[in-house]
Amino acid sequence: MLQLKNISKNFGGLQVLQDVNFDVPQGGIFGLIGPNGAGKTTVFNLITGLLRASGGAIEFDGANIGKVAPHKITERGIARTFQNIRVFKEMTLLENVVVGMHDHMHYGFGSLLFNLGSFRKIEAQARERALELLSWVRLDHKAEMLADSLSYGEQRKLEFARALATKPKLLLLDEPVAGMNPAEKTELMTEILNIKQRGFSIFMIEHDMRFVMGLCDRIAVLNFGRIIAEGSPGQIKNNPEVIEAYLGKEDAE
Amino acid sequence: MTELFTTIGFMDWWDGFWSTYNTVIFGLGVNAMLALSIYVTLSCGLLSLANAAFMGIGAYTASLVSMQTGLPFPAALAIGGALPALVALVIGIPTLRLSGVYLAMATLGFGEVVRVIVLNMDITGGPLGLNGIPLKTEWWHIVLLLAATLYILARIRRSKIGRAFEAIKEDEVAARLMGVNVAGYKLLAFVIGAAIAGVAGGLNAHYTFTIGPGNYAFENAVEILTMAVFGGTSTLVGPTIGGMVLTLLPEALRDFNSYRAVVNGLILVLVILYLPKGIWDPRRIRAFFQRKTQAGGNN
Amino acid sequence: MLEQQLINALSLGSVYALFALGFTLVFGVLGVINLSHGAIFMLGSYAALLLVEHLALPLWLAMLAAMLASGLIGLLVDYLVLKPLRARNAPHLAPMIATIGVATILTSLAQGLFGAENKRFPVGTIPEDSYNWGHLHVTAVQIGIVVISFILMLVLLAVMRRTQLGRALRAIAESPKAAYLLGINVEGLFYLTSFAAAALGGAAGVLVGLSFNAITPFMGQPMLHKGIAVIILGGMGDIRGAMIAGLFLGFAEVLTVAYISSDFRDAVGFGLLFLILLVKPSGMFGKVLERKA
Repeated sequence: MLQLKNISKNFGGLQVLQDVNFDVPQGGIFGLIGPNGAGKTTVFNLITGLLRASGGAIEFDGANIGKVAPHKITERGIARTFQNIRVFKEMTLLENVVVGMHDHMHYGFGSLLFNLGSFRKIEAQARERALELLSWVRLDHKAEMLADSLSYGEQRKLEFARALATKPKLLLLDEPVAGMNPAEKTELMTEILNIKQRGFSIFMIEHDMRFVMGLCDRIAVLNFGRIIAEGSPGQIKNNPEVIEAYLGKEDAE
Repeated sequence: MTELFTTIGFMDWWDGFWSTYNTVIFGLGVNAMLALSIYVTLSCGLLSLANAAFMGIGAYTASLVSMQTGLPFPAALAIGGALPALVALVIGIPTLRLSGVYLAMATLGFGEVVRVIVLNMDITGGPLGLNGIPLKTEWWHIVLLLAATLYILARIRRSKIGRAFEAIKEDEVAARLMGVNVAGYKLLAFVIGAAIAGVAGGLNAHYTFTIGPGNYAFENAVEILTMAVFGGTSTLVGPTIGGMVLTLLPEALRDFNSYRAVVNGLILVLVILYLPKGIWDPRRIRAFFQRKTQAGGNN
Repeated sequence: MLEQQLINALSLGSVYALFALGFTLVFGVLGVINLSHGAIFMLGSYAALLLVEHLALPLWLAMLAAMLASGLIGLLVDYLVLKPLRARNAPHLAPMIATIGVATILTSLAQGLFGAENKRFPVGTIPEDSYNWGHLHVTAVQIGIVVISFILMLVLLAVMRRTQLGRALRAIAESPKAAYLLGINVEGLFYLTSFAAAALGGAAGVLVGLSFNAITPFMGQPMLHKGIAVIILGGMGDIRGAMIAGLFLGFAEVLTVAYISSDFRDAVGFGLLFLILLVKPSGMFGKVLERKA
């Protein structure tokens, strides 16, 4: 579904990614792990069009998306959540999710201006769908509250609902459980499995090994900008290079 | 005073009142529209200091249409709104790629450029401006156009456009990744603001009889900004009230007219520091009343 | 004739560069566009004028004192207006709008105190000397302007690049939170930066006052507009960029006046900016710096 071919990225003289190759298959949960600073978020930024690769190609559904603008990437079916949560704080939960549907709501200016049929229908449908998505993450009872009033874990769930509103084929999750306590992590694990079961493909970046091992069907490991391993959780767990990459760091500390 | 109670006496008083204060009363509507024009841009996180220049372009255009062609007033106003919108489109496309602060400053500069150009064109009368603009504005024009502006902006607020603006204002990057065409919507806000300012300018020119480049300078852009910020930019009511109050204030403080600029400046600083959402902030007002009823209930 | 224009351009450009430096310094370190910089520039000019008129100070002393006075005003503005906004993490438009208010207040106060008309330095204050080489005519004032501007700019560059202080400032420019965690006194350095930037702005004001010998409360505004064009052209927060772009603007303006028309002089800065933005949205050198918290 998503293929990174020989991707490299440098900032000035700094080589952040080199020879990055992996495939994210359709359906299922794919994980990208690696020590801090390995370049994981850069990969996401490249995929979503916030950065352009210095070399190589990114293909989604067979098409090269290297030069596509971010809001068009969303149109093509890739949605993303952020490491530091970026919900719209002064909007209600419902409004947050409806923003995600922006691209799928089509009515003309005249209809908007005079509150005509197509405007009313589409807005109502959007609200219904937003409520539905909120119910998937069990936040529908707070639909009319401001996003600001939610707890950290709840805001994370809101981000999911909002990303799902864009009708993505592939959902990119950037460190979804960063900063959460074990209880919240377990709950989020359930949410993500739910989302997978509804047919969405998921690609996640994460640090927490246990979380990743428990959820992902396939994992790639990034270290100093290079992929050092790719395979099933079992293979990765026992891969000596991976162990060294992680443990080596711990030794040095 | 007993004269007031006779019909003729009242009419005389009204004539006197009107001839002195009609510009102030018209000004209420025009300034409300101007404050709304900058509100549109602020509602998507854009600070446009070019709206005085757009007002000027609208004023000059509408006046020239009235004075040099036989077209009726509505046509003059329409053209006075369309030309600034077009200019906004042209300068907006490259500049709106800039983010936040760069953009505000670019709009500031644009206002300067317009002023310099207008000062040097013959058709605009150069530094002396235009004189003898026909007095065509009536109170109902202003009420109608202000109402139309409020209606259109209210409808936009409730639609995907309004949501997109709000999202962009809060977090451009997140909005972009939600599929919102950020540059396009900023351009839309910029153009709408320009059109409203242009129409306001046209209306204004047709009751002030004479206009000049000094009416549309940076100080005027600051005044417009003050009206919107003072009134509050979370709802449409805010800028409308802000525009009206700050039109009446100088009249009430006639003696302090020379310090009017200081007052504007003080208002800006004090509001930003202590009342960032302006005086009309529904949330604060609601909270205030909730506290009151709670206190009342406890008695 | 071209060489003569180049000399005029150098003098003008140096002042633009000096003004822009203060402006860009505040943006780089504090992350804020301080739109009262133009008003402070103007007050610097008046400060020097008053010191010469009423205390009969020699010019060099008046200039230093004016720089000190401007610096203090800048510090005051930072403490009263910018600091509270920092403390509550206000949106980035807030300091811009607030400093517009400050500029308005300062300008009308100046107008109220000093009147709106052009003021001049007392006769005999400004050196009248000039030098001629062949066709070229250079005044002592122009030489003074170029020399003083360059000295100040080079001092600033040296501080930024070679001193501990400069390193600390650059760290803050990258990320104030990280700098704070490294033990840098961020707030104190914010005050220092505001002071220094305002002092540089005041210096520019004195030099411009001497150059045109016409001081009015409204001289800050056009300068501010040009400063804005300069820092966008040079890349926001980029000190070398501001210097080069300032000189560049000086040249562009002088050449426009000489070969096209003097009417459009004030529009040159933004005209250029517009053209450059069409081609390269981040300015001539600018990397569009995304500042981390």
